[in-house]
Amino acid sequence: MTTEVVDMITVVIDGFEVTVPKGTLVIRAAEQLGIQIPRFCDHPLLDPVGACRQCLVDIEINGRAFPKPQASCTIPVETGMIVKTQLTSTVAEKAQRGVMELLLVNHPLDCPVCDKGGECPLQNQAMSTGEGSSRFEGVKRTFEKPINISSQVLLDRERCVLCARCTRFSEQIASDPFITLNERGALQQVGIYENKPFESYFSGNTVQICPVGALTGAAYRFRARPFDLVSTPSACEHCASGCDMRTDVRRGKTLRRLAGDDASVNEEWNCDKGRWAFKYVTAVDRLKVPQIRNSEGILEEASWPEALAAAEAGLKATKSAVLVGGRTTYEDAYGYSKFARVVLGTNDIDFRSRLSSDEEREFLAARVVGSSTTYRDIDKADQVLLVGFEPEEESPIVFLRINKQFRKRALKVVSIGSKESIAVDKLKAEFVKVAPGQEAAAIAAQSLTSKSVILVGERAAESAGALTAVAALADSSGAKLAWIPRRAGERGALEAGAIGNVLPGGRPVTDAAARVDIAALWNTDSLPTEIGRSTSQIIEAVNSGSIGGLVVGGVDPLDGDNSQATLAALDKAFVVSLEIAPSAVTERANVVLPVAAITEKSGSFLNWEGRARSFDAAVSDSLNRSDLRILSMIAQEMGISLNLGTVTAAIKEIASIGKWDGARVSFNKVNASTQPALNADQALITSWRRLLDLGTLQKGEENLAGTARQTVAVISPKRAEAIGVVDGDQLKISTTQGSVTLSALVENIHDDAVWAPRNSRGSQLLVNLGVAHGAVVTVVKA
Amino acid sequence: MTKLAPVLSAHWDEKDSFTLEGYKRHGGYTASAKALAMDPDAIIQLVKDSGLRGRGGAGFPTGMKWGFIPQGDNKDHYLVVNADESEPGTCKDTPLLMANPHVLIEGCIIACHAIRAKHAFIYIRGEVTHVVRRVNQAIEDAYAAGILGNGIDVVLHIGAGAYICGEETALLDSLEGFRGQPRLRPPFPAIAGLYARPTVVNNVESIASVPAIVKNGAEWYQSMGTEKSKGTTLYSLSGHVVNPGQFEAPLGITLREILDLAGGVRPGHKLKFWTPGGSSTPLFTDAHLDVPLDYEGVAAAGSMLGTKALQIFDETTCVVRAVLRWTEFYKHESCGKCTPCREGTWWLVQILRDLEAGKGTEADLAKLLDLCDNIMGRSFCALGDGATSPITSSIKYFRDEYIAHLTQGGCPFDPVASTLFAGAGA
Amino acid sequence: MAYTDEDFKIMDSIIKRYPRPRSAIMPLLHYVQSKAGYVTNEGIEVIAKVLQLEAAEVTAVSTFYTQYKSTPVGEYHVGVCTNTLCAVMGGDAIFDSLKDHLGIGNDEVTADGKVSLEHIECNAACDYAPVVMANWEFYDNQTVESAKELVDSMRAGTPKPPTRGPNKLVTWKEASAVLAGLNDGLAHEGVQAGEPTLLGLKLSKEGK
Repeated sequence: MTTEVVDMITVVIDGFEVTVPKGTLVIRAAEQLGIQIPRFCDHPLLDPVGACRQCLVDIEINGRAFPKPQASCTIPVETGMIVKTQLTSTVAEKAQRGVMELLLVNHPLDCPVCDKGGECPLQNQAMSTGEGSSRFEGVKRTFEKPINISSQVLLDRERCVLCARCTRFSEQIASDPFITLNERGALQQVGIYENKPFESYFSGNTVQICPVGALTGAAYRFRARPFDLVSTPSACEHCASGCDMRTDVRRGKTLRRLAGDDASVNEEWNCDKGRWAFKYVTAVDRLKVPQIRNSEGILEEASWPEALAAAEAGLKATKSAVLVGGRTTYEDAYGYSKFARVVLGTNDIDFRSRLSSDEEREFLAARVVGSSTTYRDIDKADQVLLVGFEPEEESPIVFLRINKQFRKRALKVVSIGSKESIAVDKLKAEFVKVAPGQEAAAIAAQSLTSKSVILVGERAAESAGALTAVAALADSSGAKLAWIPRRAGERGALEAGAIGNVLPGGRPVTDAAARVDIAALWNTDSLPTEIGRSTSQIIEAVNSGSIGGLVVGGVDPLDGDNSQATLAALDKAFVVSLEIAPSAVTERANVVLPVAAITEKSGSFLNWEGRARSFDAAVSDSLNRSDLRILSMIAQEMGISLNLGTVTAAIKEIASIGKWDGARVSFNKVNASTQPALNADQALITSWRRLLDLGTLQKGEENLAGTARQTVAVISPKRAEAIGVVDGDQLKISTTQGSVTLSALVENIHDDAVWAPRNSRGSQLLVNLGVAHGAVVTVVKA
Repeated sequence: MTKLAPVLSAHWDEKDSFTLEGYKRHGGYTASAKALAMDPDAIIQLVKDSGLRGRGGAGFPTGMKWGFIPQGDNKDHYLVVNADESEPGTCKDTPLLMANPHVLIEGCIIACHAIRAKHAFIYIRGEVTHVVRRVNQAIEDAYAAGILGNGIDVVLHIGAGAYICGEETALLDSLEGFRGQPRLRPPFPAIAGLYARPTVVNNVESIASVPAIVKNGAEWYQSMGTEKSKGTTLYSLSGHVVNPGQFEAPLGITLREILDLAGGVRPGHKLKFWTPGGSSTPLFTDAHLDVPLDYEGVAAAGSMLGTKALQIFDETTCVVRAVLRWTEFYKHESCGKCTPCREGTWWLVQILRDLEAGKGTEADLAKLLDLCDNIMGRSFCALGDGATSPITSSIKYFRDEYIAHLTQGGCPFDPVASTLFAGAGA
Repeated sequence: MAYTDEDFKIMDSIIKRYPRPRSAIMPLLHYVQSKAGYVTNEGIEVIAKVLQLEAAEVTAVSTFYTQYKSTPVGEYHVGVCTNTLCAVMGGDAIFDSLKDHLGIGNDEVTADGKVSLEHIECNAACDYAPVVMANWEFYDNQTVESAKELVDSMRAGTPKPPTRGPNKLVTWKEASAVLAGLNDGLAHEGVQAGEPTLLGLKLSKEGK
């Protein structure tokens, strides 16, 4: 490990010495001393602009005074610098008061009806730095009261102080310059191009950093006063980026969520899904009481003892497996993992309720468990290689971090895929275009160094040989490797052993010493020795009769590649469902057990880095119990003690698991498949899930859905010409299972491929077509 | 008596002065030929020795500015000519470019060679169609004649109506295709200017002065002007004078001398107030007729030489009206980036409108001055500072006239009396 | 209106003037005005496309500069300088009388689409005050009467020629093309300088 040598500089501020790294801005050096210089345009993560002039201070360097006060947000410290802020300089104080008075000249002073009231930097600093009354007696500038700049964000130009934080964020951080400063002088205003709303995946950050009430989110507008809210630090459950968050609750109801501040992960940002998709927690159809399917096949509400007894009876009567979706907390996943082994006596457990492969399962156990590639590695990388991964869509904060390095130092990014994406374009990435399914050869052709970082997405599992090639490339180059799943719980579930080939901590189930380790911890005589079945094998086994029961937690049966078989298995098996809301599983479950949503329980997620993202319950008085607690209760009912009655107990037990020094699961190489021959009207499908789509956790968020990207089918210019299609024509994609008809977009995509969003309005490929990547589909003009 | 000294304007009276042929008739492009054979550093030294100072207003030594460009840095360097002449009262570069665009192109070639730039951009304001034609044609003709295109390219960039783009960093942002708002300094353009490359930004007159210096030598140039303000320059006389126009004279001439040449203030009237260098330079009165119009002389008298835009107003002119109109200009041209200028000019206009209409009290004058104090030196660039100049200087010299508006409940002046056509009709 | 291949070729040549494409945004906006008369949404989108920018970024620039018009102006766009010096010398009177005479206000167009009116800031011709500009050509030393005659000539379709400019006043769109940097071949027309410009030189030759 190398330590960076930083020059330190000592300056005097208001008579106090402070020593800070070279390059530190005066305003931040003052913060070190607890001296708060008022400011609006300044933001530590945005380039200094010096526009608002609120932070003026007097500065002299080696006895030479600047002739006029300087903006402390733009001036780095220098040796011999003496700074006098408003606390010790009457000039600085008058300058600041003067600027504050001017800022309020055209401000409507409508604090009593403004959402920002009570947490408004302008309000607060007008109190600290302003006069009690204004000398301004003239006419204020007026604008039409708030205008929608997207379905999610409203703009009140009268309140705006033109600090340009929002426009700078959009340009410098998100690379989405959809909002800009328009006009000039006193008429300058934030605006969009009239035909293109502010549909950035990161738009909510502008609302959060707006120092006045100019930008507000539709979801929170007029809903609460900040002082009525109880804030709890939380973590985001929407993806594996691992954002630190803050959840604001009033009387048991989440009213808003904000990005938390974690310099090593999300800095101070998050995506709009993380910010604005939380209503599912309080949806009217939340499951609240247990249900049991009666003899007529109808679900009836039941008491907990009745339900637990029914679960016990059903599971005891047959051989059962566990399907746990990728959204559970680390602790809950650990509960499922232990439950499968200790209570059900099986390794038949898989957290991958999505397209997956055995190659992937071995890859995860051999290469991902315990790995520690981090955001910091992206910061230092000489190159980032993206495989089966669209960072902006599938892990937005990873995109922001790559983008930061791209903007700062032109970080080289290479993306292997079939369709060029918006993010590839924004990152000016080298796009290595391959036919869907033919990724492996392109991966093998890359040349990386030990300073490179490979970011491989969960979709790499959909291409035979891709993960084999990735592992080989990492080995040959020494590049850092990270696997970035979409869902927040997958990495934790992997570490917890909620998969058939490993126990917690990556211990191979086939390794006797590993089993002894865990059996001792779990206070059981033995653990199952055979590698468990994967998700698709479990489904198959249910349908062929070798498995009779399923414990299902947080799984959407329509997420897999063979949804028909999954539904059939759910129909056939004895199903115990642990869920927060009714789903296709509920419809087929024998026992339904309601569980706590994320805001109602404590726990942690392991983000893609493997970093724990812990959180407490934001809603303290929920009666809902965590999955873990309910699994313990079922176990109890079955006469086995899981000893995981609380999350704290689980955390303690997980912490006591030692590091595994034994052999890893071996990774068997898989060869790439050869590309199928195509007729003129055939193509290979490729797709990904967009950030904003029909995902279950986005249910009911109509404002948010309004900013989703348009559903289109993408083909190459060559194919478009061949079938006589131009942008906007209808394109029909079909398989034997069904079809989708979408508006065509001719773009940079492999000639053999057709792309459509995997789970968007009008395009739910796994349901509509039954395939999502690499399979042959028919593409015709509709 | 200072004698006029036409150098830039020496041949403007020839009908084809703007053509390549007309320019060459008097030795055009011999200076650039000579310069291209010289060591670049020697040219920089020559310009330093000449004492040439920036004619755009600030008077920074041109040779020194060129010397700031880092050499041997393997980066592209750029020369950018500021032809965005928009300061109220300023009208020297526009007639210069209409009458003789080639002298600027020749200056560009010499300057580019000196600072090791291959590209010069001429940023001209967009509201002068015919001047644009002339410069564009001159560039085309220079290319056709092989004068340009042999290692040095000149591109004409046409503005679109924004006074702020005369501020050099706003000009650079505008030239890069952004809104013309000033940039933070440092970095200064000499280190990171156009496209973040070392860049010299010079006024038209500064660059146009260079060929004559190369041709005639530093000593010749030095021999004109005053101790620290060397050479000749264009003084633009306008307003209530018998014969307004351009007067090229050695630096240090006085307004009294120029007025004499121009036939004086219009008959029957007397000088009331004037600007030495555009509206952003504090006003002078008839007490300043003998101030030497060089950088030091004007500064010592409490104003700035600026662009040597001598706007003359006689006693028929209401100073409150004049100042209000300038203030409205600054409000209109404020780029909006910083609070003091954006909001301050908005407010200043409202107070001045009230004062002109006779509304308000003497306390409003104190408020006005305090407001100016909160803008001056607090805004991002000099535009905000400039906005306060006419206000503070006019209150200094004409406080009674402001008060008269208040006591009379309105403006005591007849606007018709101050028009050009008033004399004829009345 | 649709942009033709020829238009795109011209736009490409404008972009090629600069080391970096984005610099071409201003001449391209002038070019859009030469085609459409003002900055249309179509024009903004075309520029965004050729420069690979967001339309919002183009809008941000077009709304900053006063010469870019968001609504149509007249075939002859008349600007009356009402900055202090010209205003005092008669610009205010001229502007007021033109408003009356044309029956339109500031930033408005006559119903026949011939003339639009705008009060403008200092146009660098103070020694010719009061100054009126038409399609940004100089009309020096104007009076109320001469300005009225000027706009009348425009409405009659026979606009008077500029004082210092080409022999014939070009239209707004034609002038916009010049401001996009396209050469209309008229540079040689008109005087090299007006009398005030030459005053100092003349006096010098008289030994002053």
